[in-house]
Amino acid sequence: MADRPLSPHLSIWKWGPHMAVSILHRITGDGMALVGLAVLLWWLGALASGAEAYATFADWMTSPLGYVVLVGLSWAFFNHMTSGLRHFVLDIGAGYELDTNKAWSVASPLIGILLTAGFWALLLLR
Amino acid sequence: MGNGTSIGRVRGLGPAHEGVHHWLVQRFTAIGNLVLVLWLAASIVLLGDLSYATVSGYLSQPLPATAMALLIVSTFWHARLGLQVLAEDYVHTAGNKFAVIALLNLATVGGAAFGLFCVAKLALGGAA
Repeated sequence: MADRPLSPHLSIWKWGPHMAVSILHRITGDGMALVGLAVLLWWLGALASGAEAYATFADWMTSPLGYVVLVGLSWAFFNHMTSGLRHFVLDIGAGYELDTNKAWSVASPLIGILLTAGFWALLLLR
Repeated sequence: MGNGTSIGRVRGLGPAHEGVHHWLVQRFTAIGNLVLVLWLAASIVLLGDLSYATVSGYLSQPLPATAMALLIVSTFWHARLGLQVLAEDYVHTAGNKFAVIALLNLATVGGAAFGLFCVAKLALGGAA
């Protein structure tokens, strides 16, 4: 490693919503990359393999563990989507005022939870 | 790395040693994911049920099959870029970092190829 100054690390900062939304973005994104894409491939592989393989997939996904995974993945998507849209705004140089930044750091994950609840309400009540 | 201007002294010092192209493609694929995963979520809600016959019939039509193929490319590409940053941030030994990114390339290219094959079989393979 080059001998150069390092920035102060995690433990020295006062915890705030902008830090929570940042690490949640990474956790939900990498969670979907590792778990979500595997479930997507299982779903597509089962569809391509026939009705029997699809029934096995459906049995797993409608078990209690399956619902935990699917609700978790849908929450991860909507959370990552809202904090990702926040990133697009920050990318154009807007939203760095302290109050604005804090407000959207709190709002992004809350909107993500509302969208997850709305998605499952539509799915289960249709 | 130069030693003249202030930008020249710091350029390339991040854990990945480069990044503008990576950063831009992460955003381009994010836009693709936004459109395509919302399409998938809407499709799941709007399909009458999620039985084998309904879902395989839906995904064998031209437009849904195309959208699913694009979704596979966009999400796997985006995931590959995101997991690469994870490895660059947390895997500190150069050799291990190389190994993790090599494994990541195999897993994401292989996974995407499998997904695309499944969509092709659904769309072109006739009755399964």
